[in-house]
Amino acid sequence: MIWNALLLALREIRRNLMRSFLTILGIVIGVSAVITMVTLGNGATQAVSDQIASLGSNLLIIRPGQHLGPGRDSAGAAQFKVADADALRNQVSGLAAVVPVSSKSVTLVAMSRNWSSGVTGTSHDWFATGKWQLAGGRIFNEAEERAGAAVCVIGDTIRLELFGGQDPVGQQIRVKQFSCEVIGLLASKGQSTMGNDQDDVVVMPLRTVQRRLTGSVDVATLMVSVRDDASMETAKDQVTWLMRERRHIGPGDNDDFAVMDTRQIAETLSGATKVMTGLLGAVAAVSLLVGGIGIMNIMLVSVTERTREIGIRLAIGALEREVLLQFLIEAVALASLGGIVGIVLATLASIGGAGLMHVPYLFDPAINLLSFGFSAAIGVLFGYVPARRAARLDPIEALRHE
Amino acid sequence: MSEALIVLSGVTRSFGSGAAAFQALRGVDLTVEEGDFVAIMGPSGSGKSSLMNILGCLDTPSGGSYRFRGLAVESLGRDQRAMLRRHALGFIFQGFNLLARTSAQENVELPLLYRGEPAARRHELARAALASVGLSGWEHHTPAELSGGQQQRVAIARALVTGPSLLLADEPTGNLDSERSREIMDLLAGLNREQGITVLMVTHEPDMAEYAHRIVRLVDGRIASDTRKGALQEAGGVR
Repeated sequence: MIWNALLLALREIRRNLMRSFLTILGIVIGVSAVITMVTLGNGATQAVSDQIASLGSNLLIIRPGQHLGPGRDSAGAAQFKVADADALRNQVSGLAAVVPVSSKSVTLVAMSRNWSSGVTGTSHDWFATGKWQLAGGRIFNEAEERAGAAVCVIGDTIRLELFGGQDPVGQQIRVKQFSCEVIGLLASKGQSTMGNDQDDVVVMPLRTVQRRLTGSVDVATLMVSVRDDASMETAKDQVTWLMRERRHIGPGDNDDFAVMDTRQIAETLSGATKVMTGLLGAVAAVSLLVGGIGIMNIMLVSVTERTREIGIRLAIGALEREVLLQFLIEAVALASLGGIVGIVLATLASIGGAGLMHVPYLFDPAINLLSFGFSAAIGVLFGYVPARRAARLDPIEALRHE
Repeated sequence: MSEALIVLSGVTRSFGSGAAAFQALRGVDLTVEEGDFVAIMGPSGSGKSSLMNILGCLDTPSGGSYRFRGLAVESLGRDQRAMLRRHALGFIFQGFNLLARTSAQENVELPLLYRGEPAARRHELARAALASVGLSGWEHHTPAELSGGQQQRVAIARALVTGPSLLLADEPTGNLDSERSREIMDLLAGLNREQGITVLMVTHEPDMAEYAHRIVRLVDGRIASDTRKGALQEAGGVR
């Protein structure tokens, strides 16, 4: 009986192909939207996690102000000095490296081309801490750091923009009033999840940047990498305690600096993308519901249209539940068809979208099954009312219906 | 024969209530033996359709009793009456009532579908039924591709395919010209004669009623006359 009803339903769908297509359009859009949103959201979350993981899970980032990033509190807070880095290095145990970082936006000129970028002033430990690899040349040494030598290591984007893809090692780049020698080329890391180009980077010794570009001895950020065998929590506590001490913060006062560890950053970022995924998914789910109402609408029209047919079926001995089943199965078949088409569309859209957004495409069987099940359930839910209306028809009235 | 196929006693049917109530049947007593061919005649509003609906177990009497093969139909539920229709009754309507855009074969298979017959048996029975009404070779035509007479033959095949004991025909020739009408009536008379199927037919055309063995006239919801034709007349009934 169910098999027959299914065949009957499919025949009915084929008979009104255009109408069936329009009916399931809502479900198709709903299902594909849900799946695409969730799949791309998962991909973005994954990409953020990957990127943070590539920095290493044992990194602390210390910035002035209470929050990471711009905010009211960071304005008044004093910047760090190199002495802060030295103090951390000498007084906190279990640290692998303490890396001071200062940046400045500049225009770079080389080979009669120019390019706007950021110059990062730091120590040689920056390369190991950020897990950078060299594609050519060398990094600067401690002697060059002490001397504030005019040397730099550049990322792949700088090579492409200024040197047109040629080997830049040994060439000169003019930065503001001074020229610096390119001594090394970094291996490409590609685009980050946030869309910024990680290879658009010029790295110089901190002192060079302070003397020649920023003109101050301030340090904007301290990056601290903790040794693998040491506890992250202990290190974080000690760093916080020492910084409070050095910045003369009283016992009851709030920190005027923030210590973030990479895991925390990862959680914050992936938390944000998860919330986004959830919200987009919820919006998409609403469209699924709207699609369900569309199915109910068309099924009600169909029942009215086919009143005479229902009358014939009842007259020749169809039971109430058989008519109910027939229309219910028709609604479920319509909705499921919409689900299947939606899944196919979503797969195509997700693969395309993942490529555009530079995030990995992660096939999530759970969300596909869930969406399909949900669309079928919508068929049952919204098909029931029209089906019951059909089943309850009075055969005499139905036969008389024109 | 222990009990007649149909025994109606004191059947009433009223619609509405209070002052607006309308009595379609006002106490009908009717007994139909197995194998009979009865024409029910009467002017519009005489209660023919109401009587037919009750006899076809599509409706239940407001009062009185209807026994079909000794079974009290008025006490059956909706689904039980559906089962009775499925297994014992066949319907033929004035408007044919075939499923549109559905082949003759599939239309005839419909009652078998509800009986749960396997596909192979459905095809076989439907083809046989279509052949018995002279429609071999028309199996895959849809109603729109068939003439009125052919459509009514498909409807008869659909009514016959389950081997019913009672065939209910509601103005079966109402939409057909006289030649087509005679063909259909010959077919019904033949089924009655050769297969012993009881036929109950509503008609207002005396020519068509001539085919029946017995003519029941309804006036204002009551049986006004009930005449059985003589054996001689019956033999000459087919002109």
